Amino acid sequence: MSLIAFWGAVELGLVYAFVAVGVFLAFRVLDFPDLTVDGSFPLGAAVTAVLIIAGVNPWLAACVAMVAGAAAGIVTAMLNVRFKILNLLASILTMIALFSVNLRVMGKPNVALINADTMLSPFYGLGLRDFYVRPLFIGVLVVIAVIVVWRFLESDAGLAMRATGANARMARAQGVDTNRQIYLGMAISNALVAFGGALFAQTNGFADVTSGVGTIVVGLAAVIIGETLLGARGILIALIGCVLGSILYRIAIQLALSTDMLGLQASDLNFVTAALVTFALVLPRLRRGGAA
Amino acid sequence: MISVNNIQVIFGKGTPLQKQALNGVSLTIEQGSFVTVIGSNGAGKSTLLGVLAGDVLPSEGQVMIGKTDVSRKGTAARAGLVARVFQDPLTGSCGALSIEENLALAAKRGEARGLAAALGPKRREHFRERIAELNLGLENRMGDRMDLLSGGQRQAVSLVMATLAGSEVLLLDEHTAALDPGMAEFVMNLTQKIVSERKLTTMMVTHSMRQALDYGHRTIMLHGGEIVLDVAGDSRKELQVEDLIAMFRRIRGQTLDDDALLIG
Ligand SMILES: Nc1ncnc2c1ncn2[C@@H]1O[C@H](COP(=O)(O)OP(=O)(O)OP(=O)(O)O)[C@@H](O)[C@H]1O
Ligand SMILES: [Mg+2]
Repeated sequence: MSLIAFWGAVELGLVYAFVAVGVFLAFRVLDFPDLTVDGSFPLGAAVTAVLIIAGVNPWLAACVAMVAGAAAGIVTAMLNVRFKILNLLASILTMIALFSVNLRVMGKPNVALINADTMLSPFYGLGLRDFYVRPLFIGVLVVIAVIVVWRFLESDAGLAMRATGANARMARAQGVDTNRQIYLGMAISNALVAFGGALFAQTNGFADVTSGVGTIVVGLAAVIIGETLLGARGILIALIGCVLGSILYRIAIQLALSTDMLGLQASDLNFVTAALVTFALVLPRLRRGGAA
Repeated sequence: MISVNNIQVIFGKGTPLQKQALNGVSLTIEQGSFVTVIGSNGAGKSTLLGVLAGDVLPSEGQVMIGKTDVSRKGTAARAGLVARVFQDPLTGSCGALSIEENLALAAKRGEARGLAAALGPKRREHFRERIAELNLGLENRMGDRMDLLSGGQRQAVSLVMATLAGSEVLLLDEHTAALDPGMAEFVMNLTQKIVSERKLTTMMVTHSMRQALDYGHRTIMLHGGEIVLDVAGDSRKELQVEDLIAMFRRIRGQTLDDDALLIG
């Protein structure tokens, strides 16, 4: 693997770290299997791309993308909480609907961002090579996001959210409005995922409706790889695990694709991902089996 | 103070499984009074506690806690007035959170929850002291996940959790039923201590006639969703466990007779 390919993998891993943290919030904190992310990731990319082309400041465009992602999360939460649709199904409905929404937002399946100003533009001319600038810049954002989410989850408000996912009956008995927590958690989760989408569009120079396919599996892969490597040792470690998992996942994929011996091509990615996630899910069980 | 007036609870209304769980229950419990509740399985005891806690909203009747009419308020909305310990130790606390996080959650019961760190040094110390009072050695395990504790330890912590935030009433639903005799006694003594120290208006469901008479100021018996016995003061002091059991038998016999009549 070349140096550029390596840092490219790190960069993509960092972009998807936002997805991983979002998935962690939904799946692990709220215990809400949320597939909305397959729609909110390209939604974030689409909104950002269209706004940037319209001349909007790229930071503002990314913020709007987050709001759009939050709205998507709220729709899923509403289908589940208000209309009592099973959580998984509710999220699939939103995801499917978002495919059409994303096409409407962009007006076509693919929007290019060539030569447009992005959040990264100011940093390109500072002497560092581009393939270092991007992961460095995104890395800083990831660190900020991890710290914010960590402090939130260890606050009184965050504790209420964690209790909602872990023991809703107890949470209610402690005065936590569990429905509100689901709305809030799904909004934050999908806002993070949409921000990942916004970064994806800005670093790769395009937004594409199909770029969301399998986002959930990639996010879940990152979460599981992180858990497998670092174990359950508190919120901060878990969040770091998400980031680490996301990066390692991309490096593993890059390695698998660049090893000619395996004869893999880019279109095998989804299969490799599914195999990797399955492996990560089965591994702890195998280990336990071995110990017993 | 608790005051419920003519409460009707019907589960599965209009279905073949329709069940009248409470039928016109009225009850007033003075501030600081400790009431024990007995009755056979399905008598409506948990439903009555659920009506007070907000898990069950009655189709008819009024529920007052202190000066607040909570008849239409859900569990979360009235949690500031109600502290509870459940029968199942797993229900009352959060296994995935640490002991101190559970306490932090309970300390804010019924209050707005902000973005301040849930476990500042001052709060940590306060929680530690409260847990140390239990003499279970748990004060050295404050960061351990709750699901590492035994059922009895969890119930003891749940009792402490119930008292961290102020409340009008304490509801205990067979909270020693899942414990071994030694631990059950420990938790009952702790309950007694907490209730008398904090002068909490308390309602405790139990299947132990002994507990029902030994603890508290008043005992009520539910049957078929109605209050069939309500004793306090001297008449309660004279009451023996045997009397209660006899009463139980008689009531159950009556229903058997009713059934026999229906079949005949
Ligand atoms: N959610 C529910 N849906 C339908 N029926 C219910 C529900 N909860 C309770 N019931 C029924 O209402 C009646 C009273 O139940 P409740 O749980 O109050 O009894 P209990 O006195 O607490 O009994 P136990 O001693 O077994 O705990 C029972 O017949 C029960 O089957
Ligand atoms: Mg019961």
